[in-house]
Amino acid sequence: MKHTLVALVEDKPGVLNRVASLFRRRNFNIESLTVGHTDQPQISRMTIVIDSDNTNAYIVEANLAKLVNVIDIQDVTHQETISRDMALIKVRVDAGGRAEIAQLAEIFRAKIVDVGADSVVVEVTGDEDKIDGLVELLRPKGILEMVRTGRISMLRGNQARKESNGNGHYNGNANGQPPRDAAPSSV
Amino acid sequence: MPRLAGAQILFECLVREGVDVIFGYPGGAILPAYDAMLQYPIHHVLVRHEQGASHMADGYARASGRVGVCMSTSGPGATNMITGLATAMMDSIPVVAITGQVGTKVIGSDAFQETDVTGVTLPVTKHNYLVSNVEDLPHILREAFYVARHGRPGPVLVDIPKDVQLATMEFEYPTNPIQLPNERLLKKYAPDEYIARAAEMINQAQRPLILAGHGVLLSGAMDELLAFAEKTNTPVALTLLGIGGFPAEHPQCLGMMGMHGGVYVNEAIQNADLLLAMGMRFDDRVTGNLKTYSPNSKKIHFEIDPSEINKNVKVDIPLLGDLKMSLQKLTPLVKPNKHDAWWEQLRAAMEQDPIRDVLDWESPDGLMSEHVIHDLWTATQGEAIVATDVGQHQMWEAQYYLHNKPHTLITSGGLGTMGYALPAAIGAKMARPDAEVWVIAGDGGFQMTMAELATIVQEKLKINIMILNNGYLGMVRQWQELFYGARYAATPIFSPEFAKIANAYGIPGYVIDKRADVAGVLDEVRSSPGPALIEFRVKMEDAVFPMVPAGANLQDMIKREKVVQPL
Ligand SMILES: Cc1ncc(C[n+]2csc(CCOP(=O)(O)OP(=O)(O)O)c2C)c(N)n1
Ligand SMILES: [Mg+2]
Repeated sequence: MKHTLVALVEDKPGVLNRVASLFRRRNFNIESLTVGHTDQPQISRMTIVIDSDNTNAYIVEANLAKLVNVIDIQDVTHQETISRDMALIKVRVDAGGRAEIAQLAEIFRAKIVDVGADSVVVEVTGDEDKIDGLVELLRPKGILEMVRTGRISMLRGNQARKESNGNGHYNGNANGQPPRDAAPSSV
Repeated sequence: MPRLAGAQILFECLVREGVDVIFGYPGGAILPAYDAMLQYPIHHVLVRHEQGASHMADGYARASGRVGVCMSTSGPGATNMITGLATAMMDSIPVVAITGQVGTKVIGSDAFQETDVTGVTLPVTKHNYLVSNVEDLPHILREAFYVARHGRPGPVLVDIPKDVQLATMEFEYPTNPIQLPNERLLKKYAPDEYIARAAEMINQAQRPLILAGHGVLLSGAMDELLAFAEKTNTPVALTLLGIGGFPAEHPQCLGMMGMHGGVYVNEAIQNADLLLAMGMRFDDRVTGNLKTYSPNSKKIHFEIDPSEINKNVKVDIPLLGDLKMSLQKLTPLVKPNKHDAWWEQLRAAMEQDPIRDVLDWESPDGLMSEHVIHDLWTATQGEAIVATDVGQHQMWEAQYYLHNKPHTLITSGGLGTMGYALPAAIGAKMARPDAEVWVIAGDGGFQMTMAELATIVQEKLKINIMILNNGYLGMVRQWQELFYGARYAATPIFSPEFAKIANAYGIPGYVIDKRADVAGVLDEVRSSPGPALIEFRVKMEDAVFPMVPAGANLQDMIKREKVVQPL
């Protein structure tokens, strides 16, 4: 199962390296990792997606919490979130085929953002399943190039990313009890 | 406000952290710091290899409970310290390493003696800093000491470019409280609700067992552990690094667990219905096969580091937080207990103890390391600080030298670093000048760092050195004997005459090969004012028993065959 962790980290040189080094050293399998600015200067936000079938989410979270530059870390998997991925997909197409691509894009609320002599670039935003769906439909046409940003996530509603639960512990489950599925599956 | 250079600020901060000794080695990129050091009340120990500096800082920290400090130049000076940092990291030892770096203008240009030191030390430090501006230096140094000591301790490295050492600023020592960005995420105290649940579980247990680890010493929870154990009459098993956390001769102390632990200790773990893991991390050397590890017990894990919970062994109640605090809250909640039936079972098993059996052997065919260590224990009445190297002698030390006091066994547990003993003993002696300090090393490991003999002499340190020379990289030979058809690939090792090596440094040297001479030489060396080295020519193909082969079930120990004893 996919787990999504949201981390706030200090925006300082080397912090991404510390996170990446931790994942490599502990042999954590990361599906995607995105980093970007927040509304606060000096704080960056990371969205980390892991497959908890082969990497234990609690242990990733606990190890991230040990990095001095990590300000907050939360597993939002079991909460109401909006998650988005974005892709730019360059598809081979001659003048005659453009209409068909445009139609497909329309269905996916994607946009054609560049038109070349025999290619177009489609921009699509949504959850990963939606993008996967469009990619599968475009693949037979001939994808020349593609880039995806990886998942970014945010909790729904006016509930902001939960601040400290008052217990001084990062894990949503109060009192420091690891979540039920915290046992490493390899034991 | 005085205008000071970065090099001076470094020492202003170190002095305020209570540092009065630094282990180090100079070089180009750290020269400004060395020049400034002369103005400050700091004693510098010149090592012979920077690995020694990092082990000395580590030994200093283990013997004193304070932060040890080491210092080197950039490039090769810094890379030489890595083994010591990794050793300290694995065993959670508070060390601060200061390294010089090439000037900020040339970082990244492959300048002379440039190494990406914060890069290469990232995985072997708890945290590290590259200081790019002198204005950041006071704050970073304070934070470095704080990080090294705080929570689960560990080594921290501060890399200071040469131009930052030379740059000046109006210096005022910061006094604002330190709050690390991640501090809020880490628990300091286990919640009362969990303590209460743990107490209930403890009160119901029939066969409880305490597994005391290094955390007992790091948290300073020796008295609390004693009080808890005595109130509940719970038996105590120790990890290698937990030795000293509970008095070895206390009637409730079972001794060491794990690969070379007592048979009855491991049996107790397998038969227990409740394990109280205190500041230990279920390392593979103590659990053996995880699938069959203590199958019928509930487990309560007292632990400061959240990433250790459920890492190797799934536990029922995690008590995240400082062990001392947890025990202070827990002990009043538990009922006094006797556990007579459990103790009866344990005592019966303890009667047949293959470790103690060896002590009665005559061994006419050669001197046994086990006996030498036993005799040292007798001579020193178990009061010495012993720094060991890594190998068979290390395990024999743990089996035959009984430590009643904390911080008296200085040994590399997690990393198993050969070459550790001599420099670590120097650090320990600097920390505890009044203590009797012994090195116990093998013929292999001693040769890795024996250059530090010169440091002992230069510093006029009374350190006694015991080399157990079996002519082999003994522990590896033992594995070859047991698991590789006795094919001794690269384990027979030539050694110089250690006594003569010692003499070359002006240190008296002795060679002993008979049990009858052991007590005498120990007395002579102990009562002499200066350092001494004794080479014991011990039985070559002895092995450490009992033994759980790597990954085997804890109860399936290989025992010493009785027939080995010639009559
Ligand atoms: C730096 C280092 N290299 C290699 C090893 C692997 N190793 C573990 S024990 C051992 C043999 C140690 O031999 P010696 O110092 O003579 O001690 P003995 O086991 O004979 O008592 C070796 C090579 C190690 N632990 N550390
Ligand atoms: Mg040897």
